[in-house]
Amino acid sequence: MNHKHTKWVLLALAGALGVATPVFAQSAATGEYKWITFTVFAAIILLTMYITYVAAKRVKSASDFYTAGGGVSGMQNGWAIAGDYLSAASFLGIAGLISQYGYDGFMYSVGWLVAYITVLLLIAEPCRNIGKYTLSDILAYRNDPKKTRVVGALSVITVSTFYLTAQMVGGGVLVKTLIGIDYETSVICVGVLMLGYVLFGGMVATTWVQIVKAVLLVIASLVIVMLVWVPYGFSLPGFLQDVVGDPKVQARVATLLGDKATNMTAAELGQRFLEPGLYFKAPLDQISLGMALVFGTAGLPHILMRFFTVPTAQQARKSVVWAMSIIGGFYVLTLFLGFGAAKLVGPAVIAAQDPGGNMAGPLLAQYIGGGANSLLGNFMLAFVSAVAFATIVAVVAGLVLAAASAMAHDLYVGVFRLGHGQPVTPQEQVRAARVATVIVGALAITIGIAAKGQNVAVLVALAFAVAASANFPCVLLTLYWKRCNTGGIVLGMIVGTVVAVGLTLVSPNLTYPKAVKAAAHKTLDGEAAKRTKITAALASTDPIKVKEAEMATKALDKAVKKANDDLVKFKDQETSFMGLEKPLLELKNPGIISIPLGFLAVILGSLLFRDKRAEDMWDEVYARQNTGILASKPTAH
Amino acid sequence: MANPQTTDWSRLIADPRFQALHRRKQGFLTGLMIFSVIYYFLLPIGAGYFQDLFKVKVWGVINVGLLFALSEFFVAWGIAWYYTYYANKHFDSQAREIAATHEKGGA
Repeated sequence: MNHKHTKWVLLALAGALGVATPVFAQSAATGEYKWITFTVFAAIILLTMYITYVAAKRVKSASDFYTAGGGVSGMQNGWAIAGDYLSAASFLGIAGLISQYGYDGFMYSVGWLVAYITVLLLIAEPCRNIGKYTLSDILAYRNDPKKTRVVGALSVITVSTFYLTAQMVGGGVLVKTLIGIDYETSVICVGVLMLGYVLFGGMVATTWVQIVKAVLLVIASLVIVMLVWVPYGFSLPGFLQDVVGDPKVQARVATLLGDKATNMTAAELGQRFLEPGLYFKAPLDQISLGMALVFGTAGLPHILMRFFTVPTAQQARKSVVWAMSIIGGFYVLTLFLGFGAAKLVGPAVIAAQDPGGNMAGPLLAQYIGGGANSLLGNFMLAFVSAVAFATIVAVVAGLVLAAASAMAHDLYVGVFRLGHGQPVTPQEQVRAARVATVIVGALAITIGIAAKGQNVAVLVALAFAVAASANFPCVLLTLYWKRCNTGGIVLGMIVGTVVAVGLTLVSPNLTYPKAVKAAAHKTLDGEAAKRTKITAALASTDPIKVKEAEMATKALDKAVKKANDDLVKFKDQETSFMGLEKPLLELKNPGIISIPLGFLAVILGSLLFRDKRAEDMWDEVYARQNTGILASKPTAH
Repeated sequence: MANPQTTDWSRLIADPRFQALHRRKQGFLTGLMIFSVIYYFLLPIGAGYFQDLFKVKVWGVINVGLLFALSEFFVAWGIAWYYTYYANKHFDSQAREIAATHEKGGA
């Protein structure tokens, strides 16, 4: 890319900044401190723009655009993987879950780390040795290139779109809560900034934006955790003792347990916060979710793509170890962020800002800095919010790059052009990549706005489920099983995707109006009895009881309002999107069924449709993935 | 990219050094993978079906479940470290040796 173009980088990104400026209306930061929020956001956005400006000069070939020319070091890639992976869902979401449900939130974070063992032992190095730009490169190597590229690209686009939609909608809501701009503007800001990075800076800019974001995230978390932990002399039992002894935490557990809490002492209620079962009620669901995480991460296209950016298999190995250290270390910090937020801010206050608990981290930052009316408190809030914003943009950039590479490199170049014997010039390849980026980016913004207010949590689960049930079995078996072939890949991709999506569509993740209405009626029927109880408590002489009763009133008012809203919303609706009154299957995550079926489909397909080429190529594939002979070399700059 | 015709892949595969590398690698990776999967799934299984055990307090308010969840991090890091140590020591030099002999059809 030449200088004539690079000035457009600045123009486009400045445009996005311009959209973002007249904002900060009713954000979590108070009025007089708005300038802090604005300054911190502007600083971080300007930093990423500068990165893009520098990166744009280095992006000349398709290899630069998709994989930064293979010139990223293992350590840099490790930070970039962490930046790609610590999405808003895992960084704000897990701290939130811990602040609301205690132990279960922490247990949830473990699967996200263990997933990288699968990546490290089975996937990263062979993929680096055999692949070039995309997941389908690996599949197409031994098998019929046309067929496997088509199914591979479709699966990559499916997984990325699910994940992308979840990020756009979640990000839109989050940016709205954090800085107070409206939902559509937030989605457009995220989309335009991301498009700026990817379009002009390709993988070089995406990588560096992810690295910068990961570093900022780790610094912010370390500072907060230190400040939370210092008063306890860095004693873990001392800190947790204080958490479980806190009346706010005990009250939260009492709310969660409902009638079961009546005979428990305050100490027992607090201790319950450190025990399993407050969030995950069905063990099988929890195991199924664990399977999707542990095997799905190795099939996520935007994660796989990161291994093509390093020069050798040894650097790929090194990058996973770095990523595991950063991601694992971060989740250990999250333990303190979550419990610290529960103790200092209080679960109820956090849930009042965002029912999912996503504001736990930002609110804790504000509290630690001195509260809502202090300069430092608002600076910390602004900093964490800006990092959250950068997180969303960086994760979305990685996803768009993965989807665009499947579209341009696999479908357009691989199938339509080379598949028909038409050679493609390097310039055409880069142009195809940029056109695909614009298409995917525009799509992401459109879907993000169209899906406003939808329940998108299901989409993240779905992305992991499809990655684990379709992509993972196909990649694993083509790398390690001699008889794997085109028939197996095509059948595995189709069965894995269809089963995972199908089971999710009939799962409890969807909204079932009949059940919602029944619950609403139950809330309304029980309202009177609860009011009497609260009125009695309000008359009490114990100030703690009165405080609790006041909180209970607020919670009850909210529940009643929601029940009435639900009754109106679903007035004429009895069945879910799929026409079901209740879920066919009680599993929230289909992994435990769909992953074995995906493997079975690859095996059956391979055995049913023999393919001589795939078997003949086995020696080459196996020799190459183990020795690194012919692995694509980094381009010199 | 070099021309794939220049390396005789079946000869490389048949090389006893490659066979030795393959056996060692396969055994090591399978064992480590099975161990890590079992160790991970003990956590959701324990939290779901052995709650009484997970609730036993061992260090102040810290219970077995919390310690076990924390141990998952150290075990994961341990596996990553051990794999890297083992691969750097045993796999890389052998793979380089084999590649040097066979790349571009040599020896």
